[in-house]
Amino acid sequence: MIDGQNKSSIIRLFHVHKNYGAKKALANITLDISKNELLFISGPSGAGKTTLLKLLYLGEEVSEGQVLIEGINLSRISHNRIPFLRRKFGIIFQDYKLIPTKTVFNNVAIVLEATGKKRRFIEKKVKSILRTVGMEETLHSLPPSLSGGEQQRIAFARAVVGDPKIILADEPTGNLDEVSADIILELLKRFHTRGATVIIATHDKELIRKTGGRVIHLNQGYMQKTINV
Amino acid sequence: MIHNYKRAIQDIRDHRFLNAVTIITIAISILIVSAFALFFVNANEIINSWKKGIKIMVYLKPDTPETKISELIRKIQHMDGIRDVRFISKNEAFQELKKQMKRQSSLFENLKENPLPDAFEIRLKISFQNQEKVEILATRLESFPQVDEVEYGQRWLGQFTNFFNLFRLTGYAMGGLFFMAALLIVANTIRLVLYSRRDEVEIMRLVGATDSFIKAPFYIQGLIQGAFGGIIGLAALFVGFLLLSSSMERGISPGLFTIRFLSPGAFCGIILGSTFVGWIACYLSLKQFFK
Repeated sequence: MIDGQNKSSIIRLFHVHKNYGAKKALANITLDISKNELLFISGPSGAGKTTLLKLLYLGEEVSEGQVLIEGINLSRISHNRIPFLRRKFGIIFQDYKLIPTKTVFNNVAIVLEATGKKRRFIEKKVKSILRTVGMEETLHSLPPSLSGGEQQRIAFARAVVGDPKIILADEPTGNLDEVSADIILELLKRFHTRGATVIIATHDKELIRKTGGRVIHLNQGYMQKTINV
Repeated sequence: MIHNYKRAIQDIRDHRFLNAVTIITIAISILIVSAFALFFVNANEIINSWKKGIKIMVYLKPDTPETKISELIRKIQHMDGIRDVRFISKNEAFQELKKQMKRQSSLFENLKENPLPDAFEIRLKISFQNQEKVEILATRLESFPQVDEVEYGQRWLGQFTNFFNLFRLTGYAMGGLFFMAALLIVANTIRLVLYSRRDEVEIMRLVGATDSFIKAPFYIQGLIQGAFGGIIGLAALFVGFLLLSSSMERGISPGLFTIRFLSPGAFCGIILGSTFVGWIACYLSLKQFFK
């Protein structure tokens, strides 16, 4: 069953546990995520939302259980294949994780450079994605000179510039004002409409209410309930 | 490759201070190692000029006929390791002795006959200027029936050979130690650079960059830093050399020997060596960092 794949599932978790020493971060999580699904992972701080996202892109390894991405069992993946697995994901981090010494252009371009794309293609694609997120004017700026909302839009541009199949967003509106949060939400919806599977970890109930989709609720590492909004 | 080169140049621009620190560290290390090399090259030259003075004196039995002397010269000239054979007749030797002992000329007045023997002064090829080979050669020369005595400064040559071997061994050991020290210092500096950029490396990994993609500009930077460090170190050495050499030559007997700078071959070798140091230090640091 583990090596087989449900045709509509893009991500599957089987009895996943994650421990940090004696502390249990996730316990017995079994979950199927379909292609082009919009899924919220909700719960209070320390519930295990970020840990769950990290297990998907191998930011952390499971302590027990199995994680499958497009049928690839992450417990059996070789070290050399990890970068290629990560290219399936566009990740938006709560703290943006932009390189402060690189310009906005270079921060976004890095994803395409890493995949060996031609310079002309990179310039065209990066400018186009920055236009989409409304940040084309900041091409040559350094991230520290931008506001939190602007930095999050750059982080969003970086996450989607490689046309990933799966977008992971960890508290994407956590540090933003209402206007900036709405812009990010609209962008997430737009890319979901274009066919991406979108997984958002948030404790913001208003964000879930506005967007709709399946919601799984975590508490102290346990999956308590699944609801459709 | 060109793209990686551009990334490396951009990285150097973005992290000017850290790169400058690395280049200066390499330059100082190269300055120390090459100053040491310069000292050894010149010391070796002085020692070689002394070694050229090694000669064997062959004294012939009294009344050896001229035909036998000519035959002996031919035989000695055909022996291995012989550079030059000069015949010094007893008369020639006597005149030379008189010249050297002008103040004691009265000593010679009472001599009824010339007490000095005919002799050969033999100079050796450089490859034969060691104690073992000189001894073998001396034994062979002694075996000629016309030869009365062979003299070659046995004790002095033995001590000199031992000193020279110790000197050379010390040179290799010190060079090796300085090379290792330079390598470790540079590896440590590069590790600091990597540590300061660990967030950037982590972000690159998270967006799907392979390790080789992340490492490539660091390697190119290592090569550039090594080459620049080498050039700066040697330039500093050259300036120091110009300042010191003339006064040193004045201080020591003028004309005895000339202090030389490193040869173009050694110069290129050191630049290549420093480039290699940059690369290998980068390799060691990256290996540990990406564990």
